[in-house]
Amino acid sequence: MGIICTMARRELGAYFLSPIAYAVIAIYLFAAGLAFGLGTFANSAEASLRNLLEFWMVLILVFVLPMLTMRLISDELRSGTIETLMTAPVTESQIVLGKFFGAFAFYLVLLATLAIYPILLEMYGDMDYKLLFCNVMGLVLLGGLYIATSLFFSACTKHQVIAVLASFFLLALMTFASQGLAQQFDGAIRAALQQLSVRTHYMDFVRGLIDTNHVVFFVTTTSLFLFLTVKRLEMQRWQ
Amino acid sequence: MVRVENLTKRYGSFLAVDNISFAVQRGGVLGFLGPNGAGKTTTIRILSCFHPASGGSATIGGYDVFRQSIDVRRRVGYLPESTPLYPEMRAREYLQFRGKLRGMSRDERTSGIRRVAERCWLGSFIDRPINQLSKGMKQRVGLADAMLHDPDLLILDEPTIGLDPTQIRETRNLIKDLGERHTVMLSSHILSEVEQICDQTIIIAAGKIVATGSPQDLRDRFSEQGRVVAEIKAEHKDIEEETRKITGIQQVTLADANGWVRTTVSAKAGCDVREDLFKLAKEKNWALRELRREGATLEDFFIKVTAEQQTVRAQ
Ligand SMILES: Nc1ncnc2c1ncn2[C@@H]1O[C@H](COP(=O)(O)OP(=O)(O)OP(=O)(O)O)[C@@H](O)[C@H]1O
Ligand SMILES: [Mg+2]
Repeated sequence: MGIICTMARRELGAYFLSPIAYAVIAIYLFAAGLAFGLGTFANSAEASLRNLLEFWMVLILVFVLPMLTMRLISDELRSGTIETLMTAPVTESQIVLGKFFGAFAFYLVLLATLAIYPILLEMYGDMDYKLLFCNVMGLVLLGGLYIATSLFFSACTKHQVIAVLASFFLLALMTFASQGLAQQFDGAIRAALQQLSVRTHYMDFVRGLIDTNHVVFFVTTTSLFLFLTVKRLEMQRWQ
Repeated sequence: MVRVENLTKRYGSFLAVDNISFAVQRGGVLGFLGPNGAGKTTTIRILSCFHPASGGSATIGGYDVFRQSIDVRRRVGYLPESTPLYPEMRAREYLQFRGKLRGMSRDERTSGIRRVAERCWLGSFIDRPINQLSKGMKQRVGLADAMLHDPDLLILDEPTIGLDPTQIRETRNLIKDLGERHTVMLSSHILSEVEQICDQTIIIAAGKIVATGSPQDLRDRFSEQGRVVAEIKAEHKDIEEETRKITGIQQVTLADANGWVRTTVSAKAGCDVREDLFKLAKEKNWALRELRREGATLEDFFIKVTAEQQTVRAQ
């Protein structure tokens, strides 16, 4: 536990010293602001975050989280610090979890900046706090999955650009394409593809529902990618 | 302290370390010497638990490097060849981080950092970001990290590379010092370095151990086959012909030196041909202006054994 915490704190600290992270934050804030402004006020029938959360926020995260995560292991592979790290008395799981929670903590900081939107809405109408809680929960789980997926690709290559492109591709596929693909099939395959679609599971959180089924989906897929990352790092030793 | 048995490492079909065995006693400095691509880094990476071996076994302080890897890593301080560090951190933060990874308490870290900062002359740049440090300073931060937890075994992969001459001397002294309380294993391709600071030497070439012993042993073993150099004034042909008649002579090489002929002869082990050469010159009435025996250096030995191995690998 202590080691995971140490690793996470180092990663979090590295974010605040990294110019790339600041560039990504700027893009994120700008995109979220734009999406909120256009989506909520342009055709403001009801004061809600629904439009922002349903599509724009997901799209933004598909791009932003791989960019924040790509560095985590790739950079160690490129610079050779992986050698000092993996010869310290720490296990691969501790390394992976530490990096995951470091990025996750940074993501929570990003999410906190979104607090401004509910505050804005509060001025225009009543805020539904149960709904807000579900929304936040959905974003937290979604972000966790995205970070774990990107972390896996970060462990696969020392080239950050390759890691980030592979993550974009897989995340877009899991999130947006699987629903479209599902339409092409019938029966069991269709059901399976729909089950695999991240957006299907995420939508209920936006609507204000917390279904354990969906929570289980996010927790298991996130754990699966973390597990694959650990395996990948163990394989790294053999090269 | 270190016991290596039949250790083998393959990269694909390439055999980087070929069935090597050796043992290192507690205390002292062991030099791991070999030309580029000999397999020094590969062996060191296996001992530091970075790479698993393809075959054979290695234990450090009784713990197996593969099966009890965490126990080994706790007891080993390792400085990799390229001294990788996190550029955005300050040296002190980096050492704090490394101390925490090794499970050191806050007090242990504070006193440990004070100790290594002094021994590795980190001085005021301990509070500067690492990306602003020069190569030599980074090297010292890496060394400080390896020593931070006061490990039983220090493994240093080419610790003096990239340092200026003063730093090299200071680092060598530091390593010699460390060898009094710890066991130190270092790799190098600089012979004089190994001769100066190591108690034991292992010479490795093309993945195989070609010689072991103290630097003195190795020098003795080789210097029996010393060479004699004479500067003579005479015809090449005559010198060649006559010297070859001396018993025990194996090889004669001649070279012109300002009107004199520089004659280098090597003789069988145990033969001192200086007297024969003098008598020869006197008998033939040749002018002789120099006659000396060249003590073999460890360098000759090193070049000879590694060259042999290289040709073996090439076949
Ligand atoms: N990851 C790797 N994959 C494939 N081959 C490798 C790998 N690492 C090392 N080798 C090969 O193994 C051999 C031994 O390399 P090693 O790095 O151990 O040499 P070295 O003795 O440390 O040399 P140097 O003095 O140049 O540091 C070399 O021929 C090298 O090409
Ligand atoms: Mg090397």
